[in-house]
Amino acid sequence: MYEYLNNIVGNEVITYFVVAALPLFLVVLPFALIAVLAERKVSAHMQDRLGPMRVGYHGILQTVADILKLIQKEDIIIPQADKKLFNLAPFLVFIGSYAVFAALPFSSKFIGTNAEVGIFYILAVSGFVVAGILMGGWASDNKYSLLGAMRSAAQIVSYEIPTAIVVLTLVMITGTLNLGTMSEQQTAYFWNWNILGGAGEGIQQILLIPFMVVAFTILFISTLAEVNRTPFDIPEAESELVAGFHTEYSGMKFAMFFLAEYANMFAVSAIIVSLLFGGYQSPFGYLGNTLGIPALIPFEQLFWFLSKGVFFVFVQMWLRWTLPRLRVDQLMTVCWKYLIPYAVFNLLIVGIITLI
Amino acid sequence: MLTEFGKIFVFILLAGGFVAIALVAASLIRPKRPTKEKLKTYECGEDPVGSPWVRFNIRFYVVALIFIIFDVEVVMLFPWALVYKNFGVYGFIVGAIFLLVLFLGMAYEWRKGDLEWARPKIEPPKMDIKFKPEIAPRPVEEKTVSEVE
Repeated sequence: MYEYLNNIVGNEVITYFVVAALPLFLVVLPFALIAVLAERKVSAHMQDRLGPMRVGYHGILQTVADILKLIQKEDIIIPQADKKLFNLAPFLVFIGSYAVFAALPFSSKFIGTNAEVGIFYILAVSGFVVAGILMGGWASDNKYSLLGAMRSAAQIVSYEIPTAIVVLTLVMITGTLNLGTMSEQQTAYFWNWNILGGAGEGIQQILLIPFMVVAFTILFISTLAEVNRTPFDIPEAESELVAGFHTEYSGMKFAMFFLAEYANMFAVSAIIVSLLFGGYQSPFGYLGNTLGIPALIPFEQLFWFLSKGVFFVFVQMWLRWTLPRLRVDQLMTVCWKYLIPYAVFNLLIVGIITLI
Repeated sequence: MLTEFGKIFVFILLAGGFVAIALVAASLIRPKRPTKEKLKTYECGEDPVGSPWVRFNIRFYVVALIFIIFDVEVVMLFPWALVYKNFGVYGFIVGAIFLLVLFLGMAYEWRKGDLEWARPKIEPPKMDIKFKPEIAPRPVEEKTVSEVE
């Protein structure tokens, strides 16, 4: 992919700009377009409503209309706000959520960077988002924004620890930090996926399964909290804080926060998929191998990666209409008193199993 | 030749560029007619009371401190997780002791109550059982013809 584009364009840096733009225009923007509509439709149908119906057939153009509206919206910056920080916040939030896509393996031929630190880099760079959220909340000169930003930062940093410990568990059994290599190890059929103990051999594999399920549960809960989705949407609790840290943002800057939120939803799903559910690997073998067309395989891998990711995004939407919101003290209790001790216990047991 | 981290930098530049282009494009199209009401801090339609930059709950600070301790420890465990298999049981026990020390600290914080957040007090609505509403027929006011009209 990379060499092929390099031959066409000739300049490596320009090639790379094209490669870096691909996830944006092939995944993030179309995904946000579809996911915003899907979220409204999914929530509508779960509540026995119809959802948007006016724009296009069954409202399929609703998001396009929303974007057209958002572009024309007046940008209001209140005079008491800290203008520089206020304008910088959407940049940081979007950069933080987009930089994660650099290390995600979309298929065996398309991965933004092959840096060996992979998942570790993802954990580090997502800190940009926290900085952006705090900055936006502080600069807004609004009580709701400040409260939302503080809650959001406390929540995201707290839940980063169980996430990191579960990632550590998977690094222990796979022996690599690179998500691309991790996906390659889970090749062939679905019983080689890490959730089914794929990294172990023989008896190890069977022993690992229950602990991988625990790891998945902890990872799913904590990533759900990291992207501020219900039941962990305390920072944006509509009934208490209006819209949380982006209450004062309007127009295109608000759209950027929104885009970053949906990009994040996909990114955490993609991380879960590449760590535990085989990454870009197909569960049943490839059509390209059967038909004898090896060129088809990367596209099939892209399809599998995106569909697994979208499935987990759907589960996130589903949970939004299933579970009520937690209180702040419950939120912190879940993280510090349950998830972290369980995650460490899980890590120690997995460590003992790998030594057998 | 771009290094692997150079490629990451291109991603970051492109994300920043995308936001900049989107914001500039929107600023060319959108109207700009500020009024006094629009430029007020949003507080559900009321006039804002006082400055929003007030003292916040100290617990956020405590959580940030605990987070830093745990995060640094986890960062130190990453290299261990990559190589501990090469040292067999010895390598694992070293990491386990490290985690144990970390957990002693956590147990201390737990015991000290730094992990507790203010809980809302649940007060069930009290009902006076002896209370008996006095139901008395309302005295009928006789109205004169002039009042009805």
